[in-house]
Amino acid sequence: MKPPPFDYAAPTTMAEALSLLEEHEGEAKILAGGQSLMPLLNMRLARPGLLIDLNTLADLDYIREVDGGLAVGAMTRKRTVEDSALVKSRHPLLHAATLLIGHRQIRNRGTVGGSLAHADPAAEYPAVALALDAEVRAVGSNGSRTIRAADFFVSYLTTALAPTEVLAEVRFPRLAENTGWSVMEVARRHGDFAMAGVVATLALDAGRRCTDARIVLFGVGATPVRAQEAEQMLDGEAPGEKLFEDAGRMASEAIDEPLSDVHASAEYRRHLARVLTRRALAEAAMRAAGGH
Amino acid sequence: MAKLRPVRLTVNGAPYEALVEPRMTLVDFLRGELGLTGTHVGCEHGVCGACTVLLNGRAVRSCLMLAVQADGATLMTVEGLAPDGKLHPIQEAFIEEHGLQCGFCTPGFLMSTVELLKENPSPSDDEIKEALGGNLCRCTGYQSIVKAVRLAAEKMRAIDPPSAR
Repeated sequence: MKPPPFDYAAPTTMAEALSLLEEHEGEAKILAGGQSLMPLLNMRLARPGLLIDLNTLADLDYIREVDGGLAVGAMTRKRTVEDSALVKSRHPLLHAATLLIGHRQIRNRGTVGGSLAHADPAAEYPAVALALDAEVRAVGSNGSRTIRAADFFVSYLTTALAPTEVLAEVRFPRLAENTGWSVMEVARRHGDFAMAGVVATLALDAGRRCTDARIVLFGVGATPVRAQEAEQMLDGEAPGEKLFEDAGRMASEAIDEPLSDVHASAEYRRHLARVLTRRALAEAAMRAAGGH
Repeated sequence: MAKLRPVRLTVNGAPYEALVEPRMTLVDFLRGELGLTGTHVGCEHGVCGACTVLLNGRAVRSCLMLAVQADGATLMTVEGLAPDGKLHPIQEAFIEEHGLQCGFCTPGFLMSTVELLKENPSPSDDEIKEALGGNLCRCTGYQSIVKAVRLAAEKMRAIDPPSAR
């Protein structure tokens, strides 16, 4: 349970980090909060030749209000998001999702960018990013590019980031006034990785009918999974128990092959996806209608 | 072996300087290099919380950090709670409420409690459980630990009433 040997660099500028990454392409690994990477190193599941620590880049730690939402620097700690008055008032969904991540000691260290770049399919932020159509800014030595969340999560622990790119920022769009939200998960113990979870957003139009629904399941596949058929069946319908029950069933059927492991069987994960989707839609509808 | 790197840091008020291998975790550095064995090594993958220390005032798992990353930091370990041998009110409360049996997990619980009570001098039971959720105990049971934290909060409020802060 001790990490294998590696070299370590603590760049003070992004340019320095990028040139190290290019110079050591294929053997370098970015170290952000370390709450996922350090266990992998301790268990020797990862053997990078060089760790490039971004903790010395102070200018990646910020939460700013931007047109249409919040811009969050990659090295912003989850605890900073949790305590942010701006996040609480402007983005209660992001705040609520943050409280589900690990424990306080983990959130004191773990970062927003690290969570997205690690892309654990059972993690909360990737699902939130997908549900909100968040955009990730990746920088490389040739400049930066924006990647939509829908294109970012490629597979298990795999993103669209090139080996020579660093995730610098994520923009979470704000929800519209008439839109309610919910984030729910079932874990063995509070703070553990979810066996299954869901992020749902739902708007009610002027006639109190469902519109613009988003359902993203996590912990059930290789990436967070959007349940588009279930989203579509809600469109134009009056919110109600039966409707959400049907949407939950449809969402659970949208999962190709849920993960089956020691924590939960595939069948149980599918069951959780159905029940959580139903509950989350009901909660989102209630919030959309002005309730809390 | 990878190149050794210098680390300068403050632990429990005292300055330290050392050359370390990059792969050395902070908890192994505290125990092996500085001889501060009060911080315990448990699971070594961020689950049990036995290695919890305060990094610049915040509770973190020292098995999930490299010693080289603590360069320039101010740390507090369980040894810092009773520098002159007199127990801290949180330690007294754990004894009085039987918040420990074997004591292996205790340093981590104590340090998580320090952070909690600094930020919230009168936590509810739910807030105590939330703050200690990242610490595992395998023998005492959590009820007496929660009680101990409640008593610790009382003791600390008596010494340093919130109005005087």
